[in-house]
Amino acid sequence: MSSVDLAPEHHGIRDTELDEISLHRRLAETWRTRPGLIGFLSSVDHKVIAKRYLITAFVFLCLAGLAAVVMRIQLSGPERGLIGPDLYNQIFTMHGATMMFLFAVPMVQAVGLYLVPLMVGTRNIAFPRLAAFSYWIYLSGGLFLWVSFALNTGPDVGWFAYVPLSGPEFSPGKRADTWAQMITYTEVSSLAVAVATIVTVFKQRAPGMSLDRIPLFVWAMLVTSFVVIFAMPAVMIASTFLILDRLVGTHIFNPAEGGDALLFQHLFWFFGHPEVYIIFLPATGMVSAIIPTFARRPVFGYLALVLSLIAVGILSFGLWVHHMFATGLPKLGASFFTASSMLIAIPNGIQIFCWLGTLWEGGRPRLNTPLLFVFGFFFTFVAGGLTGVMLASVPLDLQVHDTYFVVAHFHYVLIGGSVFPLLGATYYWFPKLTGRMMSERLGRWHFWLALIGFNAAFFPMHIVGLWGMPRRVYTYPVELGWGGINLFISAGAVVFFLSFVLFVINLVWSATKGDVAGENPWDAGTLEWATSSPPPSYNFARIPVVTHQEPLWAEREVLPVAGGLRVDAREVLISTIAEAKPDIREKSARPSIWPLFAALTVGATFLYSIFTPWAVVWGALPITISLVGWFWPKGAPEDEE
Amino acid sequence: MRQHTVVDLSHLATFGSGPRSPTWWGTLGFIALEGTGFALAAGAYLYLAYIAPGWPLSAPPPNHWPGTIVTILLLASVVPNHMLNGYAKKYEMLPVRIGLLVMCAFGIAPLVVRWFEFPALNIYWDTNAYGSMLWVLLGLHTTHLLTDVGDTIVLTVLMFTRHGYAGRRFGDVEDNVFYWDFVVLAWLPLYVLIYWMPRF
Amino acid sequence: MRRGLGWIAALSGSILAGCNGVQSALDPKGPAADELANLIWLFTVLCAVIWVLVMAVLVTIMLRRRQRRIHPLHVDQASERTVSRVVISAVAATGIVLVALTLLSFFANRTLAGVGEDAVLTIRLTGQQWWWEVKYENAEPSKILTTANEIHIPAGEQVRLVLQSDDVIHSFWVPSLHGKLDLIPGVVNSLTLKADKPGVYRGQCAEFCGLQHAHMAMLVIAQPRADFDAWYADQLRDAAQPLTEEQSTGRDLFLDRPCVMCHRIQGTTAGGTTGPDLTHVASRRTLAAGTLQMSRGSLAAWIADPQSIKWGAKMPVMNLTGDELNAIVAYLENLK
Repeated sequence: MSSVDLAPEHHGIRDTELDEISLHRRLAETWRTRPGLIGFLSSVDHKVIAKRYLITAFVFLCLAGLAAVVMRIQLSGPERGLIGPDLYNQIFTMHGATMMFLFAVPMVQAVGLYLVPLMVGTRNIAFPRLAAFSYWIYLSGGLFLWVSFALNTGPDVGWFAYVPLSGPEFSPGKRADTWAQMITYTEVSSLAVAVATIVTVFKQRAPGMSLDRIPLFVWAMLVTSFVVIFAMPAVMIASTFLILDRLVGTHIFNPAEGGDALLFQHLFWFFGHPEVYIIFLPATGMVSAIIPTFARRPVFGYLALVLSLIAVGILSFGLWVHHMFATGLPKLGASFFTASSMLIAIPNGIQIFCWLGTLWEGGRPRLNTPLLFVFGFFFTFVAGGLTGVMLASVPLDLQVHDTYFVVAHFHYVLIGGSVFPLLGATYYWFPKLTGRMMSERLGRWHFWLALIGFNAAFFPMHIVGLWGMPRRVYTYPVELGWGGINLFISAGAVVFFLSFVLFVINLVWSATKGDVAGENPWDAGTLEWATSSPPPSYNFARIPVVTHQEPLWAEREVLPVAGGLRVDAREVLISTIAEAKPDIREKSARPSIWPLFAALTVGATFLYSIFTPWAVVWGALPITISLVGWFWPKGAPEDEE
Repeated sequence: MRQHTVVDLSHLATFGSGPRSPTWWGTLGFIALEGTGFALAAGAYLYLAYIAPGWPLSAPPPNHWPGTIVTILLLASVVPNHMLNGYAKKYEMLPVRIGLLVMCAFGIAPLVVRWFEFPALNIYWDTNAYGSMLWVLLGLHTTHLLTDVGDTIVLTVLMFTRHGYAGRRFGDVEDNVFYWDFVVLAWLPLYVLIYWMPRF
Repeated sequence: MRRGLGWIAALSGSILAGCNGVQSALDPKGPAADELANLIWLFTVLCAVIWVLVMAVLVTIMLRRRQRRIHPLHVDQASERTVSRVVISAVAATGIVLVALTLLSFFANRTLAGVGEDAVLTIRLTGQQWWWEVKYENAEPSKILTTANEIHIPAGEQVRLVLQSDDVIHSFWVPSLHGKLDLIPGVVNSLTLKADKPGVYRGQCAEFCGLQHAHMAMLVIAQPRADFDAWYADQLRDAAQPLTEEQSTGRDLFLDRPCVMCHRIQGTTAGGTTGPDLTHVASRRTLAAGTLQMSRGSLAAWIADPQSIKWGAKMPVMNLTGDELNAIVAYLENLK
């Protein structure tokens, strides 16, 4: 018997054999997304998929933002009758579920999907078809939720969907099923992107990008992806248990038959608190990318920042009970969670101090819009972090839990801590995505309008919460005297909303009329700026070789690169985990329509399962067929080595 | 920016197995997230058992024999599984094909016995929370088993075609071996929880 | 300009109203809320100081005159070490503040747990969609009292509240007396309530509980001991007998119609328990869990069409004629 049963290796055409022009031509031919509808639907280019994600998540942000405006109009005065309780409950559920599951998480993951391969110097994300599949899953999950809402079956049980309110007895009809299935389904997409991101960072870094040279944004996405992997299964388990209770009559959450209502809360918040950090950690990565560029020096305390990211990721799993202080858990246990919640403020504090140290030691900062939004981030996030410390205290929390104080707190943390950095990141990386700069003038207006509108809308909520106004009420009586302040809040909310209108105008205007950016308009130091703007489908004609934490600052004249990859087949460089030494010339998957079919069959199964549990059985065959189609080799060079 | 080639990659291998390969890490990622799911489901079971006045709730303990047979089958399958791994590492086509056929059989056999496990639980899913959790745990693992057996069958068919003579296919076989170990390992705590916890 | 002034006036007016509000955590009227309000102020001041410090650093960075750096990788090691020391000190200071806050919070928690060892009264509060059933427990069955949406307590004395729910999760919250505690099906929670002085303290459900979560309020009415005892004795009596022809017709109609399926009126055959006990309904200050002020008009409006006032409430529309409605209202209005 022969000891090796392998087909002979193809030599192919190597980049070392070609001149510049034919190199670009061959690579473009190999890596392109095919024209036409089928080509469009088959794309596996991480940049194409990420842009779809970004646009879709932005549309969901606008929809959820509109939902917020409707709520604010309803609450602008006492006993207003713009919308009744039924619609209000659906709208606040849609607002929360959309913002958390369809905007925030997909948005930060999409930024990662676009930037991580560029920042680590590779040609595509690991498992590109999985990334394509994730997008289709995400899109169909989001459409499913909003179409259900349009058909008056939008969930009305809150984004947290506590049992027994969301259980079979108190939520008849299909609304809570919509919530449960949408959650399970869209989390599949987050999990898949997380796995792809981790493997890209572990195995596809450019030669020389050892662990201590990984850009902080990439570190942040790596830690976030680990948090996703260990947190998201909890909410999937919770929503699956819920749908089983609702559809086939299990009693997991039914106290009358040995189940328990608080079990749902434990599972939900075991996911729910890390969720906040899934949204926040990538934003810290963006801040860590923007600050050094504008301070014109490497970040201060790189190691401390990396360790803080890891510490936050780990500690985020030890805080979930602080969402449940009012449930009457034993006092000693509750105090433990006070301590752990206080503890997480330390790594977050370290991050803030290191950024301030970077700015302090840097030159006079250029006050461009990205940096303005970073300052906006400091202004609001520090306040939100401090109110978070207040909420960590068990007794204090009992007064402010489930009031507008908490609404104020988490909007300071999520908008201040994540949306402001995201907006800054948009101004910062827009030139890379489109090749054009965004308008600074409009950007400044946008920033000030957003900062003022945000604070006008959310700061007074702290006060009205302490005055006793609970969350999730569709109206409030005149005699409690909350009318004036709520009117003020609503006015602030409208200003904040208008700032986004300005943002959209800036995006549209700049995409066509903005100044041409060039490769590296900010003179930044990381690898995504070492290729054209927008980058070609293959990202880099030759894989850069990294010699420093800020490679483009270390090599200002000539970029060292690696040669020898095939150009007639999709080849990426696989390197070792710690030192990023070149190891394998791995093939990267070609475009395929099958991920779309797989998403459609999985989606149809989930949708159908709301009506009958047998859907899982009927759906098995089409899902199997589409998965076999996905993985079956088609004879391309990428499949055969 | 001008470029200067300082590293030559042309001599590198075009595939690798184990931790060298991205697929191995991807498999590990999915094992981690599915393992978390199993752990949380098991945690939910223990939580309900802890707050219940007695366990099992108003039902006789399950008949453990079908479950025990499945456990023995799964444990026995580890031996051919690792023999298969050894052949895959050496890229030997014939033993790999035979090994995959054996593993298909070792996948289908516990599924057949699994069919008898559900009635042996001695309770329905809609009787009470105890019954619900037993069915959920068993159902979760059955889904797991079913998908991996499906995966093994497809891979077996693939290895009997011309596409099998590629290094990455042997890597796929190794990843399949790796994942099957996880299927076996995930079952052991569930077996104890389902069949033995209600007895003590 | 004038509109602007009006705005400011409205705003400051409402700030004052809030501080003196009957439902404000910043206007404590009992020992528990006192402790919590102090804690809130302490945390707020500390947090504000920290925030101002961070902002001061940021502003200094922006205002300082410094050269723009030409070589981004050129780093001055000496000043780098200084910044290191500052950052490490800041982290250490953060740690100390956090430990202090944790201890403060722990001791406040212990104080709160400590009060209420010797409660004079036990009240079982059951959350319902969307009202509160209030049951005063007593060893003697004849002295057990059931009412709704209004908790009378003797001022200056400790009362034990046992919280439970038969449907979904609700949360008991009367900010000027006590922090929140949930009412969870399958769980029994309890807390100790004490109002220092007589007064009316408003609270409302703080856990989202469905359609009318917004209209699930209750009043805690603290009275001097003598008044409380008198009220209690009064409430234990059977319902008042009809005094007029109309009231008597109203009673007959009430007992004849589906009203009795849900409501109880002690001393009559009405014995339903799914809705609030109406034995002394007219003695209560509000109707429909704080939705309406109690009055003849409110009663009539509520009975005529509860769904237009509190959409989704479990009380159906009864389709009464005008005369029937008037009679029932007359009867209920007499149930003081």
